[in-house]
Amino acid sequence: MQIQQLSVFIENKPGRLAEITEVLAEAQVDIRAISVADTSDFGILRVIVDKPDAAIAALKEHGMTVSLTNVIAVGISDERGTFSKAVRFLADQGFDVEYMYAFISRDQGRAYVIIRTSDGARAAQALQDHGFEILPAEAVYNM
Amino acid sequence: MFFQKEIETMKSSELEALQLTRLREMVDYCYRNVPFYHKRLGEAGITSGDQIKTLSDIRYIPFTTKDDIRDQYPFGLLAVPMKEIVRIHASSGTTGKPTVGVYTRQDLENWSDYVARVVTAAGVTEEDVIQISFGYGLFTGALGLHYGLEKVGATVIPASSGNSEKQLMMLRDFGVTGLVATPSYALYLGELKKESGYPPEAYAKLRHGILGSEGCTEEMRDRIEESLGVNVTDNYGMTELTGPGVSGECEYRCGLHFAEDAFLPEIIDSDTLEPTAPGEAGELVVTTLTRKGMPVLRYRTKDITRLNYEPCRCGRTHVRMDKVMGRTDDMLIIKGVNVFPSQIESVLVATELVGPHYQLVVRRKNFMDSLEVKVELTDASLLESFSGLEQLREKVHDKLKSVLGLETRVTLVEPKSLERFQGKAKRVLDLRNEEQE
Repeated sequence: MQIQQLSVFIENKPGRLAEITEVLAEAQVDIRAISVADTSDFGILRVIVDKPDAAIAALKEHGMTVSLTNVIAVGISDERGTFSKAVRFLADQGFDVEYMYAFISRDQGRAYVIIRTSDGARAAQALQDHGFEILPAEAVYNM
Repeated sequence: MFFQKEIETMKSSELEALQLTRLREMVDYCYRNVPFYHKRLGEAGITSGDQIKTLSDIRYIPFTTKDDIRDQYPFGLLAVPMKEIVRIHASSGTTGKPTVGVYTRQDLENWSDYVARVVTAAGVTEEDVIQISFGYGLFTGALGLHYGLEKVGATVIPASSGNSEKQLMMLRDFGVTGLVATPSYALYLGELKKESGYPPEAYAKLRHGILGSEGCTEEMRDRIEESLGVNVTDNYGMTELTGPGVSGECEYRCGLHFAEDAFLPEIIDSDTLEPTAPGEAGELVVTTLTRKGMPVLRYRTKDITRLNYEPCRCGRTHVRMDKVMGRTDDMLIIKGVNVFPSQIESVLVATELVGPHYQLVVRRKNFMDSLEVKVELTDASLLESFSGLEQLREKVHDKLKSVLGLETRVTLVEPKSLERFQGKAKRVLDLRNEEQE
């Protein structure tokens, strides 16, 4: 149920994000979801792609510091309060959310939230058992 | 192992007598043959070598500085007619116009002897296959080591610098047992070797790392030894004095033995120009005792080191100098604090998760100096946690603070984004006179 996400260390300098995503494009890798978190000097680019292994190989070949991390994707319907229910559930169950970012699906009225939590596998199972939609990895990669 | 045992293990009293004789001859020789020295020595009241009664009388001889040599560019210090010169070298010009070195046939013969002593002390024999990855050309390093190694009978591969993949290929395919390179290039080859896709056994024969032409801290040495699987020995020299061969480490690696019969060392305080107390650090000053093409008296090297006259276990009697601690040139003065890049290097090399390469950027804003230390994040294990990266940065900052006594700004940069150097590394960017923010 967990999805492999790439985390890439990038310096804050003009054009760097473009260069890195060009590396992915050249490797025939499609980006499914993307997020950048930054400080004044550096940022961490987090991407979910259709071919994580090819992406990591291409980035490493270009000398990038990159790691693979497991995250979960939770489906959220476009109704007030759905998202807060999901994070409330995680909080009540004692899972720490380290970071998260959202993307919208092609289906109307549906959004997905990528969440990195402590103990992701258990969190995903618990969410699913509680009626939340958890996207399988393949579904995200082939979206 | 010795190359010229009778000289290298000569009794101290005999060595001193030899040095005194040669120093007197050298003073006469310079006074007679080099107009620059004729004038300088004359001004100091020295017109004959006989005026030098003991070795300590050397203090009456005027210094020669790098600027003096530059002012005499290109051939002002020549002591013989040009037809007797068989080779010209020039310094890499790290700090400006190159300085020229000229060599008679005898100079080249002596030079290769001195280098042969250094590489023999490092453990090289005729059985060895040595790859020279110094840039060939005007630089004294490559040809200096080349002829010295050939004199010992080793098999020499004049690989020159550059094309690192091919360097690794030769290391594997030619059964190379020793590498001659700058420490920074050796470090770089070590990194590439790891990524080369060949098992470590492919490089199993490699065991000597004969490194020189720039400083190398103990921590960096450890890193090179580990990554290349070599035993690193340091050697020292400079174009102004001939080239490599001035001093080098023996197997005990407890200082670099001077070729004292050819290079007479002193340590002075750079400010007072007086000799420092025995065993104290200061600027190395060297007088050439055998050089005929371009003799140099009391050359101020700007290198900071100390001399150790204790006998060495290896049996060599010639004085040992410590690894160069820094150059008066390289020393940065930041907010009044003396900073040597080598201090920063030791901290970084000993820190996990970051690479050994670095760049120092010095700026001045509102009359206040600041030092930025750029270092590569080489390990991906902290990418899930900003706080982890911040802690790493703080850790480097705190270590630097304790070593330098100075606040620095530590910036993590991408791996391999800092320049790699095949020759001498240039790691300091001083913008204090350029950008007035």
